[in-house]
Amino acid sequence: MASHLFCGRVNLNILREAARKDLREFLDKCSGSKAIVWDEYLTGPFGLIAQYSLLKEHEVEKMFTLKGGRIPSAAVKNIVFFVRPRLELMDIIAENVASEDKLHPRDFHILFVPRRSLLCEQRLKEKGVLNSFTNIDEYILDLIPYDGDLLSMESESSFRECYLESDQTSLYHAAKGLMTLQALYGTIPQIFGKGECARHVANMMLRMKREFAGSHTQILPVFDTLLLLDRNVDLLTPLATQLTYEGLIDEIFSITNGYVKLPPEKFAQKKQGEGGKDLPTEPKKLQLNSAEELYAEIRDKNFNAVGAALSKKAKVISAAFEERHNAKTVGEIKQFVSQLPHMQAARSSLANHTSIAELIKDITTSEDFFDSLTVEQEFMTGVDTDKVSTYIEDCVAQKDPLIKILRLVCMQSVCNNGLKQKVLDFYKREILQTYGYKHILTLKNLEKVGLLKPQSTMRNNYPTIRKTLKLWMEDTNEQNPNDISYVYSGYAPLSVRLTQVLARPGWRSIEEVLKMLPGPHFEERQQVPTGLHKKRNKPVILVKSA
Amino acid sequence: AHLDLKKIELYEMGWNLKDGLRECLVAAAPYGGPIALLKGHYRRSPSARPQLEIYSSSGLPLASFPWKSGVVKQLGWTVSDDLLCVQEDGTVLVYDLWGGFKRHFSMGNEVSQSQVLETKIFHSPYGTGVAILTGALRFTLATNIDDIKLRRLPEVPGLQEAPSCWAVLTQDRQSKVLVANGSQLFILDNTACTPVTPPGLSPQASSIVHMCVSFSYKYLALLTDSGHVWMGTSNLKEKLSEVDTKIKTPPKQMAWCRRPKSQQPSAVVMWDGLLIVVGECKETIQYHLDDDSVLVPELDGVRIISGTHHELLQEVPGACEEIFKIASMAPGALLLEAHKEYEKESQKADEYLREIKEQSLLSEAVRQCVEAAGHEHEPETQKTLLRAASFGKCFLSNFPPEQFVSMCRDLRVLNAVRDYTVGIPLTHTQFKQMTVQVLIDRLVYRKLYPLAIEVCRYLKTPEYQGVSRVLKHWACYKVQQKEESDEVIAKAVSVKLADAAGISYSEIATKAYESGRTELAIKLLEFEPRSGEQVPLLLKMKKSPLALSKAIESGDTDLVYTVVMYLKNELNRGDFFMMLRNQPVALSLYKQFCKHQEQDTLKDLFNQDDDHEELGNFYVKASYKDQRLEARVALLQSAVDEYYKAKNDFSAKTTEDEMRLLRFQRKLEEEKDEQLVGFSLQDTMTTLLSVGLHKHAEQLYKDFRVPDKRFWWLKLKALAEKEDWEELEKFGKTKKSPIGYLPFVEVCIKHHNKYEAKKYVSKVTPEQKVKAHLAVGDMEGAAEAAIERRNESEISTVLSRCSATTDHLLMERLNRAKATAVKK
Repeated sequence: MASHLFCGRVNLNILREAARKDLREFLDKCSGSKAIVWDEYLTGPFGLIAQYSLLKEHEVEKMFTLKGGRIPSAAVKNIVFFVRPRLELMDIIAENVASEDKLHPRDFHILFVPRRSLLCEQRLKEKGVLNSFTNIDEYILDLIPYDGDLLSMESESSFRECYLESDQTSLYHAAKGLMTLQALYGTIPQIFGKGECARHVANMMLRMKREFAGSHTQILPVFDTLLLLDRNVDLLTPLATQLTYEGLIDEIFSITNGYVKLPPEKFAQKKQGEGGKDLPTEPKKLQLNSAEELYAEIRDKNFNAVGAALSKKAKVISAAFEERHNAKTVGEIKQFVSQLPHMQAARSSLANHTSIAELIKDITTSEDFFDSLTVEQEFMTGVDTDKVSTYIEDCVAQKDPLIKILRLVCMQSVCNNGLKQKVLDFYKREILQTYGYKHILTLKNLEKVGLLKPQSTMRNNYPTIRKTLKLWMEDTNEQNPNDISYVYSGYAPLSVRLTQVLARPGWRSIEEVLKMLPGPHFEERQQVPTGLHKKRNKPVILVKSA
Repeated sequence: AHLDLKKIELYEMGWNLKDGLRECLVAAAPYGGPIALLKGHYRRSPSARPQLEIYSSSGLPLASFPWKSGVVKQLGWTVSDDLLCVQEDGTVLVYDLWGGFKRHFSMGNEVSQSQVLETKIFHSPYGTGVAILTGALRFTLATNIDDIKLRRLPEVPGLQEAPSCWAVLTQDRQSKVLVANGSQLFILDNTACTPVTPPGLSPQASSIVHMCVSFSYKYLALLTDSGHVWMGTSNLKEKLSEVDTKIKTPPKQMAWCRRPKSQQPSAVVMWDGLLIVVGECKETIQYHLDDDSVLVPELDGVRIISGTHHELLQEVPGACEEIFKIASMAPGALLLEAHKEYEKESQKADEYLREIKEQSLLSEAVRQCVEAAGHEHEPETQKTLLRAASFGKCFLSNFPPEQFVSMCRDLRVLNAVRDYTVGIPLTHTQFKQMTVQVLIDRLVYRKLYPLAIEVCRYLKTPEYQGVSRVLKHWACYKVQQKEESDEVIAKAVSVKLADAAGISYSEIATKAYESGRTELAIKLLEFEPRSGEQVPLLLKMKKSPLALSKAIESGDTDLVYTVVMYLKNELNRGDFFMMLRNQPVALSLYKQFCKHQEQDTLKDLFNQDDDHEELGNFYVKASYKDQRLEARVALLQSAVDEYYKAKNDFSAKTTEDEMRLLRFQRKLEEEKDEQLVGFSLQDTMTTLLSVGLHKHAEQLYKDFRVPDKRFWWLKLKALAEKEDWEELEKFGKTKKSPIGYLPFVEVCIKHHNKYEAKKYVSKVTPEQKVKAHLAVGDMEGAAEAAIERRNESEISTVLSRCSATTDHLLMERLNRAKATAVKK
């Protein structure tokens, strides 16, 4: 089901359906029974497109994880590899193919996701197995519909690739994905952007547009504006601790490809008589998206407002169940019964989220969480960012998780436009002595991507940016928010502010600040076929490079 | 059933043939295609070479050259207007319609050994095929000359000499040969030779002397030595008609002349000077021929080409017959009449119209006129009919206009291509069958680019398949013109193609390169918007630096990798590195590749760039891959050297520290048998303290200048962990604690030792007193401290921890203090 994709302003299910169609077509190309050998990384993103049932309808009988040696025996006609175009994976595939049972050969196929690669095919050729493949195809999966208002590339390493390794492959995929999007939803008339990567993506899009010239899409543009932002324009936001309900679930349990794994204890079925006898040991896996009514309602609330929302919901649900006593006539009872499945689903959803909220509350009410948040907020408001923070020092001494330390140090660096050499060296030594010398490379990498840097002679312009863009708001209303700053209980994400200003009154009003942020800012217009000019009020879409 | 035929003159031939078609081998392509003549073919004198000439359907010369190859047995055209010349030895030569040699292929050893006796060129859904009857009286067949698979058919039993006639059929997706040997008929397919009998064949016949298959392969006509023409379905299941021609001499040619969906069969038989059309009824229609002629079967009729004229013989289409039949009362005829009267401004127009309308046949009348217009060749007649249709349309509401509009367009195009100068005499039926796409291809093939573009524009063919495609072909032709300079051609091409969408410049460039014009190819590639398309050709032309920058421009990293790997194999290492050096994007991608695949190359790259920082990092990484301590330290030393060269003192110093630490750990491991190597400094100290090696821990603390605060925390926790309270107390007294004493209290509490914890409460700073008291559960003390500090929030904290039942008095005191604190 994909009901969550209908709820936004744009029906993203069109994109999902297009992706599903391609998948079906490929599977049917390999006629007969088949087993899929998965590059494990891909199973998550594919889950957002199709469930096992779809594969099964197309004669997929077995699934394996890609690993060396021989593929487990399975009485199928075809073996289909679903892989990213990576050399190391090609070596494994070659090994698989070479060790295939010669007496009962099966047909091999490769589906490259998201794109075919000459380099990989060359490698297969070198290994002498290229001719063993009946079909070599690509499955273009760039922008994956994640929720009603969100497309994601589900590419977790693209920031690293772009900024650390100067490998802009993911930008190419992003541009390609945006072209696909335009093929389905019409040409996007305006493109705005900020940052080197954004510029690169826009250039590629314009170039690809020329390449496809002549095959105009005659589709009324659904999107009005595209905004491309480099991650390094806004390094601060991902460093700050998220404080919405969904954000905290991600902070604490981490959400991957729309799923979260939760500690099982809280979710044990409470049955009378067997008080906690068999606690489940497998983590509880939950899918989180707007298809779930309650979740859609509370996901973006500040966590402090979630409790109230949950108890309100609880009242509504129990009132609904109470209705049964009022149901007198057969008709009334029948109507009640017909609503029962929906109500039961709502009740179990409520139970789940109440449990999750309790788990989160245990953490957010701890002194440690509070202290850490205080320091973050001090940094964001520019308090004492130029000297060593005692709090960080203490955390290092306690050997708190390294990621927490790094997030705080980087945040301090970002909010101070770099740290004084002495301060930086102190932190670095502390980290190396405590967490091990090997992190010298970690720190170098952080410096390379600009998350950590020594102060240059330039003055700290973070305060100017903060003031102009109103990144910090006092008196944030967490319960009934009227400003986006509620999501971080005071801090308004820089990228969101840039988007807001772009929408009104336009970036011209903040030229000065834009110059302080890294990379060029630009505006491009794309010709829309005549007769397809826009109606007012279309959604803006936002894409970042990481 | 009555057969109505019409013979239209298509062209008076533009050629000037002295002897007409006599002694010529002739082949004319269907769908109004070109005509090839091999003149002087039958003379066979070694002194005079035969002349091969190619003409358009209107007889305009396209090519002419002396034939220098072997003896030609048969000429024929492919579906894409290429000329096939089948030689005696079974070699087939392929020419384009400009007489340019394209290629040749052989019909197999066996054919060349036993020589070609007869051959037929045929068309099927699979392309153009060649069938050969060899001197050994065996058939060899290739169904598609673009993908040659020779098939030798089974032997025909009892065949002693060449069969009286034969034909190729396409049945059940297979090409088969139908052979007549005297009165016997056989069907030959891949595996068998099956005797067949045409149902109801006149018994007078002792031999079948001629046969022909219809354009669609659905019908077959047989001519017997008794002069009877048998017509039936080609599967020989049904007889349609049999007619006596009363002529017993063998004919020159025979062809079907039937329009699709026609009610009756009709075939044309040609003798010298005579043409007879036979149909369902007993009578035949005869035409006199002045000149040697050739029949060209078409989808909907037969073309007759003679030395001077080109005619089309067709069944009269239903619509035309209805309208033009004398005294016809068909709605179309009435409408035409009505319009004529209307033009004359006569009121009779209304009477005619009324008559049609009363029978509610007006839309039928319009349809008839439109359809008839399509079948007419004379533009004037077309116009008259279309005007009548348009007139009739005025009196109809909701009449769909598409048929009328598209007929007007089609006719305009047809009239243009039928023009004498173009010479493609297509009928509307043929045009629809052939499609616009193919027509444009044909125009392009004839280098009629402007007309092709006009047609595309006029028919509003999508640019991509229309104008752009034509322009591309034009450009491909243009780049092969040797006499013009690169600049001129590149300019001309870019100017013409500028606005055209979806042009593949790389295809044009490839053409230029193939004709030996590399520089022009490079110039043209500049216009190619798709870098992916530029790169392979540039590599092929050995323009690797350009290929690399184009690949980078495309943003497609896989393409960049492809070029990089190609260069790696092509160039020597030095040149390869130099080239990468100028292309940072490629270099960083290659570095990524090396990181996973070729570590040593990575080091060389850093070396080449004097990138000491990265070299240092490289050694650091390497040090973790080695198990042996000496090796690790040596690698770290290399890293230190590099870091110093990179002027990165911090990295150098910390690396030296690490080396020192490793040595220390190793020494201690040997002495004390404690697992230490690889631990961080902090973990090392923790381990040392936990096993009681306080001195060594202290030494590290001093040697590595560990901040006091961290060391105090560390020692505090380690001692508490060991529950070495005595040592802890001593430690607490060594000097003033840099972390204060609250941690002492808290750590003791964490290890459930309230007694020890209490010892430190008094030492805690006033700000932390409340917290300390609370930690050890001393409510009184906490209250005391809070009240003393008159701190409202602290008082509240204590209050919140009080229990209403046991701490009643305390709470009162606190509340009072709070009240005063607030007032203040």
